Amino acid sequence: MTFLSYLINGISLGSVYAIIALGYTMVYGIAKMLNFAHGDVIMVGAYVSFYATSLYGLPTWASVLVAAIVCTVLGVTIERLAYKPLRTAPSLAVLITAIGVSYFLQNAAQLAFGSSPIVFPSAVKFEGIRLFDGQLVISGITIVTVLACIVIMIALTLFINKTKMGRAMRAVSEDKGAAQLMGVNVNSTISMTFAIGSALAAIAGVLLCSAYPTLQPTTGSMPGIKAFTAAVFGGIGSIPGAMIGGLLLGVIQILGSAYISTQLSDAVVFAVLIVVLLVKPTGLMGKKMNEKV
Amino acid sequence: MLQKKKFSDYSRSCIVTYAIVIAAFIIISVLKTMGMLSSLLSGLLVPVCAYIVAAIALNLTVGIMGELSLGHAGFMSVGCFSGVLVAQSLADVIPFAPVRLVVAMVIGALLAGVMGIIIGVPALRLKGDYLAIVTLAFGEIIKNLMQCVYVGKDVNGLHFGMKDQMALGMDAATGKMLINGPMGTVSVTKISTFTSGFVLILITLFLVFNFMNSRTGRAVMALRDNRIAAESVGIHSTKVKLIAFLFSAMLAGAAGALYGLNYSSIGPVKFDYNTSILILVFVVLGGIGNMRGSIIAAAILTVLPEMLREFSDYRMLAYAILLIVMMLANNSKFKKNFMEKRNLKQLERKEAAARKEATEHGNA
Repeated sequence: MTFLSYLINGISLGSVYAIIALGYTMVYGIAKMLNFAHGDVIMVGAYVSFYATSLYGLPTWASVLVAAIVCTVLGVTIERLAYKPLRTAPSLAVLITAIGVSYFLQNAAQLAFGSSPIVFPSAVKFEGIRLFDGQLVISGITIVTVLACIVIMIALTLFINKTKMGRAMRAVSEDKGAAQLMGVNVNSTISMTFAIGSALAAIAGVLLCSAYPTLQPTTGSMPGIKAFTAAVFGGIGSIPGAMIGGLLLGVIQILGSAYISTQLSDAVVFAVLIVVLLVKPTGLMGKKMNEKV
Repeated sequence: MLQKKKFSDYSRSCIVTYAIVIAAFIIISVLKTMGMLSSLLSGLLVPVCAYIVAAIALNLTVGIMGELSLGHAGFMSVGCFSGVLVAQSLADVIPFAPVRLVVAMVIGALLAGVMGIIIGVPALRLKGDYLAIVTLAFGEIIKNLMQCVYVGKDVNGLHFGMKDQMALGMDAATGKMLINGPMGTVSVTKISTFTSGFVLILITLFLVFNFMNSRTGRAVMALRDNRIAAESVGIHSTKVKLIAFLFSAMLAGAAGALYGLNYSSIGPVKFDYNTSILILVFVVLGGIGNMRGSIIAAAILTVLPEMLREFSDYRMLAYAILLIVMMLANNSKFKKNFMEKRNLKQLERKEAAARKEATEHGNA
């Protein structure tokens, strides 16, 4: 029974990672860049939602909406100001700029919200369910997180596969130049990707802080790295891959800290990642690209 | 005609780099003896040296080998803790501090090199972002493992453990912790000096410049420029890449030992992912593949946050903005045009000189 409850915790954490990883993987697939500032957008989303509830007394759903809107605007602004001028620059230059943006967000948050951690009230008031005479408790936040993850996954898959914008995204990720020749507006497609990724980050931020209720300016960075790892784990650029990678990573982390060592749980996560990449170098769901001479 | 050009462009560029480092050392030493250096700045001298060496080491991986490593702080960590351990436990055997420092750095470099092989053999099979994420993962694993390492020393010798201080079972009277898990190194005798850091930089430069011009170094660069073409002329890709990576790891290890022996206490958290990124920032900002650039960038970017102290709270914010602006300016159209014009002018000047020489020869 304890194993089952660890597993459920793992799935809950993994769902959060999966939602964050979606943002990483979409941006990577389309703009071919590692958006290191993504983890800090999560933190901004959580702060906005916290202040929307505590200062303005908005209901939970409205505060999440506000956070998503703020993060969308933030994500698009970051893309316009920092990444767009570097579209043709070497990828490492873009990477360093992303790191700069990440530092900027963390330090701006520190000035705006203070560096001391605040206790984040859970966004889910629902008690959860008890099974097997209370031996197994599934908390409300776990249920909401997993549901949110499934809904987002289905919506995103439909969006990418069925809508015109989604088709444009797939076209841009395959070949930017050819897509432009076919009349796809590459810049607005990339902006759209950042908008979706950042809105998802805001939702992930609220869910993450509801489950682990300390919020401080550096809250986003470690989950950001983990989610990035999850995206690579599942095969970067692939949406179902991000989902599976996130879930597996969450489960491995929780089980690792329960059965091996709390201190070494991160080491276990990364060791599994290395083994997977050595066996399947493109990640679990990644496509193998043939190299042409 | 041939007599006139004593050095190739490559060696001239190396000599300029050596000259800059030596000149900087002399100027700073003079300023230091005249007491014109604030205590803040003189405290930064050894870390700057260590970061410079680490940046050169990473530049070897990123610039010369063309592979992104996000885990170089892990090698610094291994070098730091093994170096400190060696220096602390040999304190009675080798009383002369500089020799102890050298031994510590050599051992630190060797152990970091061993770690480099352990990481390099699997990781170098991967490419691009996947290699980056594996090195990041290894860096985090090293950090995590270091947080569980306990080493103590008493009359019976060294005690190792992975659990806690009590589990070491040391002699109560003479027992002394050397490495204390998450606390890191404990009450280290600081033996790193600016001069030793300077010598380490010179040795590093000497090794790296010679490596770049060696058979292996050229093979690595050929692989970077075109892997398939290089392999088709018989370059063993894994082998030469592993040599370069090993070399890079060893230099980072030596830098770690220098860094660790400059502080009385240092924790494993110091060498986390953020430090790896910091070193990468030095390399990219200084110019990928350009050793001189790495040196200058490492020096400026280590001193800059301290210089920005008057902005107090806005210090790191200003640093972040500067970083973004520098990257944007470095890739802007304005700079591209400027560089094109400059190159054109240089070309014209060269042509004019050649023409002049040709006419002189004709006259003679």
